[in-house]
Amino acid sequence: MDIVTHCKVPRYLHNDLPLGNPLGTPYDRKTQIASVLSALSLAAGAKQSVVEISDASWTGSPAWKENYNKVDETNREELLRLGEENRRKRAENKALGLSRQPRP
Amino acid sequence: MSDQAFVPYMERTRLFYRAQGFDKDYVWAHFETTPFLSPGKPLKDCVVTVVTTAVAHPEIPKPTRKAQSIPFTQAPAQFDTSELSWDKQATHTDDRQSYFPLEVLNELAGQGFIESVSRRFHFVPTQYSHRATLSEDAPSIARACREDEVDIALLIPL
Repeated sequence: MDIVTHCKVPRYLHNDLPLGNPLGTPYDRKTQIASVLSALSLAAGAKQSVVEISDASWTGSPAWKENYNKVDETNREELLRLGEENRRKRAENKALGLSRQPRP
Repeated sequence: MSDQAFVPYMERTRLFYRAQGFDKDYVWAHFETTPFLSPGKPLKDCVVTVVTTAVAHPEIPKPTRKAQSIPFTQAPAQFDTSELSWDKQATHTDDRQSYFPLEVLNELAGQGFIESVSRRFHFVPTQYSHRATLSEDAPSIARACREDEVDIALLIPL
């Protein structure tokens, strides 16, 4: 929600679900269909920019909101290690010449 | 609507990457004013496509991936989502329809709710570089949408 509104998109349908299932919880066809119908209605019917918040909700543990990309004393060392690995991988890719070439 | 506050992704992301030892915070691209254009026709006359961040061709190394316009007939039964930053603790992406609504769109086209599903869908790589997204990937997808006479593009990132 915060990133998309910061970017300023013309129409945004927000499902308050963990990242990964933007249309609805896995196998929840009812919510997935409702998401597509709402998005299409916004695309064709909105007269000005709009943010719509659906009533979709996560049926699992609510802890996902606290846990996503959380930093605390239990994972500080692991995160530093991941950062080092990330920087090493980038340097490797650079050395191998793995980067996007501009389109002709 | 959920009774809990929305996840503060921007702040969470800043703290997450600072904890990984990156000293420069990410700056999100954004418009100064919100762009808006209406398709100017009813839904039943609209051609619809999908723009996804799910990876159809994982054999292309991540640092070299560019936007691709791919026939829906070549959409993989299971996209590669392993390198994307979705919530791997809370959920999974085994159900393609939770992020790529081809079946629903085909059904809506069959019912006459929309004119049709376009020939191609579009992959946009999640890019650190604003320049690559704004001056290469987005124009490439816009061109392909014009070629396919698309009226509505649903951007559905993971």
